[in-house]
Amino acid sequence: MPSRRRAASSGVALLLSLASVAACGDSGGDGGRTVTVYAAASLTATFTDLAREFEEQHEGVEVELSFGGSSDLVAQLQEGAPADVFASADQATMDKLTAAGLQAGDPQVFATNTLEIVTPPDNPAAITSFADLAGDGVNVVVCAPEVPCGAATVKAEEAAGVTLSPVSEEQSVTDVLAKVTSGEADAGLVYVTDVTAAGGAVHGVPFPESGEVVNTYPIVVLEEAEDGELAQEFVDLVLSDTGQGALGRAGFGRP
Amino acid sequence: MAARERTRAERPVGLPRWLYVPAVVGAAFVLLPLVAIVAKVDWSHFGDLITSEGSRAAFWLSLKTSAASTSLCIAFGVPMAVVLARRQFRGAAVLRSLVLLPLVLPPVVGGLALLYTFGRRGLLGSELDALGVQVAFSTVAVVLAQTFVALPFLVVSMEGALRTAGQRYEVVAASLGAGPTTVFRRITLPLVLPGLLSGAVLAFARSLGEFGATITFAGSLQGRTRTLPLEIYLQRETDPDAAVALALVLVVVAVLVIGLARQSRGVL
Amino acid sequence: MSLELSCVVGERGVDLALEVHSGETLAVLGPNGSGKSTALGVVAGLVTPDAGRVVLDGRVLTDVGPGRSGVRVAPHARRTALLGQEPLLFPHLDALENVAFGPRSAGAPRATARRDARRWLDEVGVSELSARRPGQLSGGQAQRVAVARALAAEPALLMLDEPLAALDVAVLPALRQTLRRVLAERTAIVVTHDPLDALLLADRVVVLADGRVVEQGPSADVLSRPRSPFAARLAGLNLVAGTWRDGSVETAEGLRVHGLVVGDPPAAGERAIATFRPAAVAVYREAVEGSPRNAFEVTITEIEPLADLVRVHAGPLHADVTVQAAAELDLVTGLVATFSVKATEVAVYRAA
Repeated sequence: MPSRRRAASSGVALLLSLASVAACGDSGGDGGRTVTVYAAASLTATFTDLAREFEEQHEGVEVELSFGGSSDLVAQLQEGAPADVFASADQATMDKLTAAGLQAGDPQVFATNTLEIVTPPDNPAAITSFADLAGDGVNVVVCAPEVPCGAATVKAEEAAGVTLSPVSEEQSVTDVLAKVTSGEADAGLVYVTDVTAAGGAVHGVPFPESGEVVNTYPIVVLEEAEDGELAQEFVDLVLSDTGQGALGRAGFGRP
Repeated sequence: MAARERTRAERPVGLPRWLYVPAVVGAAFVLLPLVAIVAKVDWSHFGDLITSEGSRAAFWLSLKTSAASTSLCIAFGVPMAVVLARRQFRGAAVLRSLVLLPLVLPPVVGGLALLYTFGRRGLLGSELDALGVQVAFSTVAVVLAQTFVALPFLVVSMEGALRTAGQRYEVVAASLGAGPTTVFRRITLPLVLPGLLSGAVLAFARSLGEFGATITFAGSLQGRTRTLPLEIYLQRETDPDAAVALALVLVVVAVLVIGLARQSRGVL
Repeated sequence: MSLELSCVVGERGVDLALEVHSGETLAVLGPNGSGKSTALGVVAGLVTPDAGRVVLDGRVLTDVGPGRSGVRVAPHARRTALLGQEPLLFPHLDALENVAFGPRSAGAPRATARRDARRWLDEVGVSELSARRPGQLSGGQAQRVAVARALAAEPALLMLDEPLAALDVAVLPALRQTLRRVLAERTAIVVTHDPLDALLLADRVVVLADGRVVEQGPSADVLSRPRSPFAARLAGLNLVAGTWRDGSVETAEGLRVHGLVVGDPPAAGERAIATFRPAAVAVYREAVEGSPRNAFEVTITEIEPLADLVRVHAGPLHADVTVQAAAELDLVTGLVATFSVKATEVAVYRAA
């Protein structure tokens, strides 16, 4: 009997230790104030800079950033992930969040983004216009219509009156870029900001029809925010001239 | 026959009772997520979700490519295993470790490696281009990616079976006048058939679940390169219900394959 | 001459040569590690000697070593069938298909191969087992099938490596008779530990020790007049080796053994052997004086019951006495005693 009890208690101990390992992940707080920001992956560089700026302005405040696909982030928030601010890469995803009632106040658009054609630096298929993408033997890679950049691509096709037959419909902008930088694809459709971020690894080809498809980036303070005021201050920073300047340098358009 | 009777008649040596606790915890750790998936399924729309055009295309593409990659694994993996198990040569140990590398390599890295090999600007890219073969973004690329990650499973399983079987029967067969090919066909292969079968099942299951190398190397296009795991990943973006339903389909297929293999081995 | 073997395998300390004549069965005897299996391996092509030559029916199978042609015929092309202690029937084939394996490998059509197989199964007396899987056969039955399988391959040379060693004693006599029948007129090598096998199955015996041939000759001669300690032990005889001097065999320790000379008498100073049966040895507690007997003072090293007798070991010599005599003499290990044997019970012959 005693041995059985000991066995059971060691099992409980095992479970408890697992639970405590899991708990460790949550307890990042050090008593100081923290703003947790969930932001679309395309905002990584800009928001990292802005977070540093915010921390300099607010003594003792720490900004925790979590980047990912907008849909993933909303899914996590719906499952109860603790966050104060959410910045989405498109309106549709923000709508999902507001439909679930997770916001405090109305989302505000803080940036826009448009599509641009991207090719390897030497532009092997000599792409100069959107219509060139439909040429024979041109390997075009786009985002799948199911994801925001793919939805924008479909609209661009409609605006240009050109139907593309892509060799691949990728999951994300990053995947499209990877196919182009590796030279597998002759061209892809990504956001202007992605072309800016990729620097010399790719060659960007702007096209007039992109003006018809403007993607807007909304930001909102979340209802669950621990310190709503502080969270709003971060949103204000993003909307300020400082924030807009940083976004502009990354290629984003003004709302 | 004798072995079966023995297991029935003999009482095995007892197991320490505490052993059951981690065993049950471990089993729960594996089974609970499966239960969670089943619980998440939206049964009222299940039929529609898994019979959508995208789902069906992904399902058949997965079955076809997995079957093709399993065939490739058998065609190349069996000879590899035989050489590794039956011949001692310099660098055999190193070669064995390298062959097993895809087991530990993140599949994405495997995909990149394939890209650098078969891609347009890869090692063999210009040669393949000259032959008019374009691997990237084709179903062939999917099969290559799956073969790359699944091959070690077959080789490991087969090599183990070969080593266990030993060479005694092969020596006898040779002394009876059977040439190497006859020995291989009539003695070696039949003796390791169970090992080959389980290796093939593992390879098939691994191919079916392959994601990282495929998305990196082959791209994603309905009916051509978008296999079931890629479809699940994509659907998750917009239609989590469909993703869950497809995930369940994938699980069921894997369980069926493993179950069938087990049954046919029982017949052997 | 049918088989001609000479080989040096340095790693196993083997350096030997032997011949098997056409239609002859050669028994190879020798303690463990004496090189018996290595020799078979060289003939079968499973062991490549450092230097050696194997010729079977005029065909060179192996010819390796410095200055040799380097010929190494693959095992399957040698026509040398090898049967070991274990039958090693292919577990996935039934008895008939096992036996048909050789003919099939030689290119015979399935039906012909099966007909052959049936004939050979019949030959070894297990035709009724043809549909059985190896797992459904007893050890003796399986070994019979294995014999049939080896014979069906129609080898130019059949090699049996202790074919009866792993079998139940009860099935030995019948299987030994079968082997005797199938080996008659066949060119074969039988490695064995059993003198009975050597006598019944083989025409000639070769005794190996430490990788060398130490003795060879017709089976009956070797077993009745052994020249090596191993052969003497197999034959159940005491063996004393020494030099022929003044009508007796004088050992290195200075013992003199008198006996009846068998065959050509040894020349003075020539190596000679004296052998005698353990049952011919009488054991005394005291020294024995003046009789036509050989008497050796010995220290008893072991006492071993042997059916209705007691075997008394004293170093390399042994004596068989009745239980009663052993009790009366109160024989114990460590006791100094005298072994005595009549000269008429001792055979003396030349060592070579």
